[in-house]
Amino acid sequence: MSRVAAVTVAGAGFAADLSGALFWERERLLVVSDLHLEKGSSFAMRGVLLPPYDTVATLDRLAVVIRRFDPRTVIALGDSFHDRDAHNRLCAGDRETLSGLQAGRRWIWISGNHDPAPPSGLGGLVATEWEIGGIVFRHEPTGAFGEIAGHLHPKARVATRGRSMERRCFASDGARMVMPAFGAFAGGLSIRNGAFGRIFSTDFTAHVLGHSRLHAIAASRCR
Amino acid sequence: MLPEGFLRWFAARGWSPRAHQLALLRKARDGRSALLIAPTGAGKTLAGFLPTLVEISGKGKHLHTLYISPLKALAVDIARNLETPIAEMKLPIRVETRTGDTPVSRRQRQRRYPPDILLTTPEQVALLLASDDAPFLFSSLQRVVLDELHALVTSKRGDLLSLALARLWRLAPRMRVTGLSATVADPQALARFLAPQPRGKAVSADIVEADGAAAPIVEMLDTSERLPWAGHSARHALSEVYDLIRRNRTTLVFVNTRSQAEMLFQDLWRINDDGLAIALHHGSLDVAQRRKVEQAMTAGRLRGVVCTSSLDLGVDWGDVDLVINIGAPKGASRLMQRIGRANHRLDEASRAVLVPANRFEVLECRAAIDAVNENAQDTPPLRTGALDVLAQHVMGCACGEPFHADDLYEEVRTAAPYAALTRADFDDAIDFVATGGYALKSYERFARIRQDKEGRWRVANPRARQSYRLNVGTIVEEAMLKVRLVRSRHGGGKGPTGAIARGGRMLGEIEEYFIEGLVAGDTFVFGGEIVRFEALAEDQVYVSRANDESPKVPSYMGGKFPLSTYLAKRVRRLLDDERAWRGLPDQVREWLSLQSRFSRVPHAREMIVETFPRAGKHYLVCYPFEGRLAHQTLGMLLTRRLERARARPLGFVANEYALAVWMLGDPSSMIRQGRLDLDALFDPDMLGDDLEAWLAESALMKRTFRSCAIIAGLIPRRFTGAEKSRRQVLFSTDLVYDVLRKHQPDHMLLRAARADAATGLLDIRRLSDMLARIRGRIVHKPLDRISPLAVPVMLEIGRETVYGEASDELLAEAAEQLVREATGT
Repeated sequence: MSRVAAVTVAGAGFAADLSGALFWERERLLVVSDLHLEKGSSFAMRGVLLPPYDTVATLDRLAVVIRRFDPRTVIALGDSFHDRDAHNRLCAGDRETLSGLQAGRRWIWISGNHDPAPPSGLGGLVATEWEIGGIVFRHEPTGAFGEIAGHLHPKARVATRGRSMERRCFASDGARMVMPAFGAFAGGLSIRNGAFGRIFSTDFTAHVLGHSRLHAIAASRCR
Repeated sequence: MLPEGFLRWFAARGWSPRAHQLALLRKARDGRSALLIAPTGAGKTLAGFLPTLVEISGKGKHLHTLYISPLKALAVDIARNLETPIAEMKLPIRVETRTGDTPVSRRQRQRRYPPDILLTTPEQVALLLASDDAPFLFSSLQRVVLDELHALVTSKRGDLLSLALARLWRLAPRMRVTGLSATVADPQALARFLAPQPRGKAVSADIVEADGAAAPIVEMLDTSERLPWAGHSARHALSEVYDLIRRNRTTLVFVNTRSQAEMLFQDLWRINDDGLAIALHHGSLDVAQRRKVEQAMTAGRLRGVVCTSSLDLGVDWGDVDLVINIGAPKGASRLMQRIGRANHRLDEASRAVLVPANRFEVLECRAAIDAVNENAQDTPPLRTGALDVLAQHVMGCACGEPFHADDLYEEVRTAAPYAALTRADFDDAIDFVATGGYALKSYERFARIRQDKEGRWRVANPRARQSYRLNVGTIVEEAMLKVRLVRSRHGGGKGPTGAIARGGRMLGEIEEYFIEGLVAGDTFVFGGEIVRFEALAEDQVYVSRANDESPKVPSYMGGKFPLSTYLAKRVRRLLDDERAWRGLPDQVREWLSLQSRFSRVPHAREMIVETFPRAGKHYLVCYPFEGRLAHQTLGMLLTRRLERARARPLGFVANEYALAVWMLGDPSSMIRQGRLDLDALFDPDMLGDDLEAWLAESALMKRTFRSCAIIAGLIPRRFTGAEKSRRQVLFSTDLVYDVLRKHQPDHMLLRAARADAATGLLDIRRLSDMLARIRGRIVHKPLDRISPLAVPVMLEIGRETVYGEASDELLAEAAEQLVREATGT
């Protein structure tokens, strides 16, 4: 069984990974979206003491995919930090992990609505969007041709005979894509929500992150 | 014992005080706490309040008696009932209720000018205790009366109540507690709840037992129809049930689940040629609708009410002369309490008819009737206090006067469910409330409670206090969605034609997880009719009338309660005793005889495992008789093991008595060739790694964790469920579960969730007891086809939800559809 599924966006061939990351072999480019680092402590500040382990959990998973694909470039597609002050709350260990991951490769922080100005002191470049060979990487999807975005945290609910399950997914119609959230505490938005209708004019495919492989399911088949 | 005025009042009504009412007066006079065990209709409530009415002589300025009931409707009803004696005897007593519906102005007044008697619920008591006024309000308290104690103590609400009692004992050391309860298996244990527990000893309050009511007359419906092999509808007996309703004045018809109630109600009206006033009552119906039914019932306008456990407790219902119990009785005590709902006059026998819906239920009904006739009880043992409830209580305490941890630890252990609480667990609860209880100490500055200079804990900020107030209580509702009836958009048969009209008549509420399993067009039963699922928008489910004969998606869900261990044992004994079969209907006796010729009828202490081929697959059917929940857990674990043994299992289905697993491999030959060993397959070691691996993904476990997280105060209620209506869920407790499990597997909340899993939705303890019981007593019967005993559970396939955690298979199936569409096949 394969951990990756081949997905084409505007003619370019990508590998959608079971972890929720996207790899572009031709460019040796790895994209992850919506890490929401320090979401736990962000809630803790407001009195909801979620476990403080989400950052380490997210970075651990990121380290695994980076090891596997050994990308030349990594794009974090926005909302990498849950709030504007989140980078200041990273513990020393997490900072170290992060700079270890960045070593020897180009790292691009795309700004998102949660982190409109990603920290400059954490290594990597900061950009509002990035373009490579006609493919544009930005946080909030506009529906443009050749766009790969995040922000919406797509998830698909599939129901059959009274049973149902819900999983994160890549949403794509071949011309554009919305990536799943990678963060350990990042929730999800059903792909049947109107927000997706504004991006995809026709039916699109949900590449659903299953237990041990991805499944391509028509969005119209999902709940 | 009774003052002159009271004797006159009793005499004027033609009553005389009952022995147990006088006994409770004596206990009160002697300053003793007491547990009154009495059947319904024994004047239990009056017995509980008489000492209060007698003791309060002058205009009081202080709260004298606190009455706590599980239902706010009951508190309101009791307040009304107390008005009569108080008015007629001109007693100087002020009675008030305090529930979630009480206006703020009255609540505030109650704190400053408390009534003599306050009638309320466990949650409201917790709120009152979590305030600076608590010492003023409660220091004069003389008596606490706990109603329906047998029901309260079986849940986490009982834990919460026990902790409130511990607090009250400290604030008002002279306070005595009176518990009112139906008959229970172990009164001595229940009476511990009513006495502060000294360290290292168990102390019980005094016990007063009322004279038993006249023995009930319970029969099994001797149907002239053919008894179904499976199912829960009892449709075969419909006309006989209707006839019983017709021949009696007022009949309560109990069923086990909402959907059974829906189905039966609908069926009864289909044949209701006499136009009898038959109503429907269950917890998911609109409240206004339920109140209407209750009022009609009290006024004697109804001939029959089809109801669920929503009517197990509560307000007295005038004259019910017959109780019908459809389907499995599940437990002896449960059945007796239901029967007690008929005829609240003690001197007349209650009458009940049990209607088994299938052959196995005939055995269960027979065992239950025998238990009733012996007055044998099977109420569960007293709970061990849950850690999530303790955490909530700690937060509540911190909202009141500051406390020393040492003092609170001693206080908490006076509550019977927490008598054995270790200091380590207690400290974990404090740590959890303060900073989340994480090994990584990064939340000090976000602490919700802090220690002052003297080392006393108190709430750290108004936000934490507010959050406690909004989230108090232990009842975590399933996320519910409102169901509205609209016109179908499938009218023209051309498929969806755009948005359906909003609005529509409100039918009631339904569990969100049930709706999540449906696709547009699926039909199910709700509000007494078969409806078609149209759409889900925000928190509203839109359905339309369907003309289907039977619903496409079953919503049986098995009901809340599994078959009691006690009844299960009696059923096994009944099977083992061939002479006792004479008491069974002919059809059932023949069925068992057929089984003993063809395979084997299980002896009381053994477990039979049958293996046989059928239609290209192979089946393994076992009969543990331990209830559906434990069987489901067993099914999950067995399929994992069969997978490893390369038997290629495909699925399983469980009912209350049996479990059937189907597979591609042939277990009969695997066992013969020594490739599969049943003793190893059913070895209790499955509760080790296999269980752990399954718990990591189990949706049931995640649901259990979610309620612990809410009760303990990690996650505010308002963040869950209803929030789905917002564009994006803020976060899901499933994600918290996954992360916590990986990074701090011994966290207090995970321990609390595991403790719940032992007895709750996963019933692991029962499974574990069963595996120990059958060790070395497994009898294998390899067969060439299905056995008579296996028929009922095999018939559940396709009718019951097929279990197996939804996973890649389900997704793959959905994906295949895409492939078919793409390839045009």
